[in-house]
Amino acid sequence: MLEFGILFPSVLNGLTTGAVYALVALGLTLIYGVLHIINFAHGASLMLAMYGVYLLKTRLGIDPYLALPIVVAAMFALGYALQRVIINRASHGRDENILLVTLGLSIVMENLALIFFKSDTRSIETAYTLTTVAIGPANIALAKLVAFAGALAASALLIWIVARTHLGRAIRAVAREKQGARLMGIDVDHVYAMSFGIGLACLGAAACFLLPAYYVNPQVGGGFVLVAFTIVVLGGMGSFAGALLGGLLIGVVESLGGLFLGESLGQIGIFLIFIGVLLFRPQGLFGARA
Amino acid sequence: MTARRQFIQQSAAAASALAFPLVGGAQPRSIKVGILHPVTGALAYSGQQCREGALLAIEDINKAGIKSLGGARLEVLLGDAQSAPQIGAAEIEKMNEAGCAAVVGAFASAICLATTQAAAKYNLPHVVDVGVADQIVERGLKNTFRFGPGYRTCAQVAVANLHVLNTAAGKPARSVMIIHEESLFGTGTANLLSRELPGYGYDVKEVVRHANPTRDFNNIVLRMKSVNPDIVIPANYYNEYALLVRTMQQQKVLPKAIYSVLGGAASSYKFLKEFPEAANGIIDCNHWFNPKDKRSAELKKRIEAKGLFFSYEVFMAYTAVRLLADAIDRAKSSDRAAINDALEKSTFADHFMPYGPTRFVNGQNQGAQPLMTQVIKGDIRVIVPRDYREAEPIFPLRA
Repeated sequence: MLEFGILFPSVLNGLTTGAVYALVALGLTLIYGVLHIINFAHGASLMLAMYGVYLLKTRLGIDPYLALPIVVAAMFALGYALQRVIINRASHGRDENILLVTLGLSIVMENLALIFFKSDTRSIETAYTLTTVAIGPANIALAKLVAFAGALAASALLIWIVARTHLGRAIRAVAREKQGARLMGIDVDHVYAMSFGIGLACLGAAACFLLPAYYVNPQVGGGFVLVAFTIVVLGGMGSFAGALLGGLLIGVVESLGGLFLGESLGQIGIFLIFIGVLLFRPQGLFGARA
Repeated sequence: MTARRQFIQQSAAAASALAFPLVGGAQPRSIKVGILHPVTGALAYSGQQCREGALLAIEDINKAGIKSLGGARLEVLLGDAQSAPQIGAAEIEKMNEAGCAAVVGAFASAICLATTQAAAKYNLPHVVDVGVADQIVERGLKNTFRFGPGYRTCAQVAVANLHVLNTAAGKPARSVMIIHEESLFGTGTANLLSRELPGYGYDVKEVVRHANPTRDFNNIVLRMKSVNPDIVIPANYYNEYALLVRTMQQQKVLPKAIYSVLGGAASSYKFLKEFPEAANGIIDCNHWFNPKDKRSAELKKRIEAKGLFFSYEVFMAYTAVRLLADAIDRAKSSDRAAINDALEKSTFADHFMPYGPTRFVNGQNQGAQPLMTQVIKGDIRVIVPRDYREAEPIFPLRA
C-alpha cells in the first residue's frame, strides 16, 4: 500500500478535491472576514447551487462548465439579496443575531430542497464522465482535473479582486474598521451585501466544478460546510492564502485517510487536524486576526 | 290455504332477509393491500422498480379479482419507506390503522427487518419481496413470508459454483477481494462469503466496506490495485455497484473475474445499456426468472413498453404480490389470521420463478434459489444451473 503507484494517485485525487474545498472555504472566510460571522447557510447555499447546475443540465442540456457564468451570476445575486433583504434586516445589526438568521436560512433552504427534489441522490452524466488523464502511474478523472484548475483560477481571481480593485479596498476597509470606513464615505451595507454575494458566487463556481464528479441531495451541504469550517480555522480566519493552502492540505489528508482507514474512518484526519490547530496554533497557519 | 301461502311467502322473505347479511357482510368488495418500498432516498431506484412490479401484479389480479371472494378487487395503499427502517416501521403503523389485510415490501433487508417486526404486533401478513438477510425469517414471526432466497443460500450457491467454474478452468483464480455496502444486506453477505470461501481453498485478501451513498470509489480501487486480487466480489446496491465497476474501468484495474453475489447492477439491463463495456463478462448470483417460462418474456415486454428496465426488483415484487393474492383466494377471507394460515400452507406454483411449488418452513420458501448469470455478447444469460442454462460460462474473463 505504501508504494508510489498507490500513494501518488491518492495524493493527486486529494489535491483535486482539496482545490474545490478551498474554493468553498474562500467564500466562507471572505464572509467571516468582512461580516464577522460564520455563515451557517454556506453548505445549504452550495447545495442550492448544485441543484441549479443539475437542473440546467437535465432540463436545458447546458454543460456544467458552460453554465459557470450563469450559476455564478445567479448565486451572486442571491447572496446580495439575502444579505440586503433578510440577514441585514433580521439581525438589527447585532452579530449574534446574524448567526441565528443564517442558521434559520440553512434550515429553510434544506427543507425547500426536500420538498421540491425529495431526498433522492442525483448525479449527472456527461460525455466526459469516464475520461481519464494519465499522469505518471495515476489515472485522474478529467472532471477532477478541470475542477482543480478551475478552483485555483477562481481563487486567484477572488484574491486579485480583494487586493487590487476599488471594491476590494472597500471590503478590506470595512473588514478592518467598520465605523471608520463609514466615515470615509463607504456604503457599508452595500459592501456587506457585495461580500456575501461574492462568497456565494464562489459556491456557484464550486458547484459547477463538483457536480460532474459528485452527486447532490438536500443533505450534501452539511458535509462540505464542516470541512470548509475546518479549513478556515486551519488557514486562519480571514486569510485567503490560508484557506487555499488549508484546502489543498485537507483534501490530501482526507484522501490518504480514506485510503488507509476506509472512507468513513478516514475523515478522522480532518478533525484531528482541526483539534490540533485549535490547541497549538489557534490563529491558524496564516493567522490574520489575533 | 291462504294462511299457508302467507306463511310460505313470509318465511321465504324472512329466509332471504336472513341470507343477505351473509352475502353482503362477509364478502368484501375490495381488500386493502399495503405496498411498501423505499421510493425516495438512497434506494429510490430499486424501490420504484419494486413498486412498478407490484402495481402490475395488482393490475393483473384485479382483471378478475379474487375469485373465492366474488371477484373482490385488491385496493392498494402505497407506502414510502424513504430508505430508512424507522420510517418503514412508521408506514406499517399507518397501514395497520388503515385496515390493510396484508403488506408486500420492503425491498431492503434493513427496512424489512423493521417492517416485519412492526407488522407482527398486529399479526399483519407481510410478504417480503426481496430482503435477503436471513434474520428476517429467523425470528419466529408468524406473519412473515419470504418467497425468494436469503443470502446464506445465495452465498453457498455462489461459492460452490465459483469453485466448479474455477476448477473446470484449471484453478487460475485464488485470491479474492470483497467490496460490500455497509447495511445489513452487504455486511451479512460479506460475512458469509468470508466464512465459506476459505473452505474451498480461496484466499480472502481484503474485505472493504462502503457507505450508501458513496460517490467516490477512487481510494477503494487504489486499494484493489495494491491488493491485486484474482476475483473481485461486490455486494451492494445499484448506484454504488455501477460506480465501482466504472471506476475500475477508468483506473484500468482488471481482475480475472468480477463475480458478484447479489450485485446491485451486475445482472441489470439498465447497467448493461448505459455501460456495455464495463458490464461485459460480469457474473452474478442473484434473483432471476426462469428463462424458459414464456410469461417472464411477456412481463419483460410490458415493463419495457413503459420505458422501464426489467430488473430483479420488478419480477420479485410482481411474484410476491401474486403469491399473496393466491393466499387470499385460498383463505377465502380478508381476515389476517386466515391469510397468514393460507400463506403458511401455500403451494403456489403458478409463477415464472425457478422455485417450483411453494413450501414455507418458518416463513422461508424452501424451493427458492438464485441463478447465476453472466453478461455475454451484450445480453444477460443464465449460466448455472444446467436446467436453466442459456449460454456457456466464460471463466476466467481474462488470464
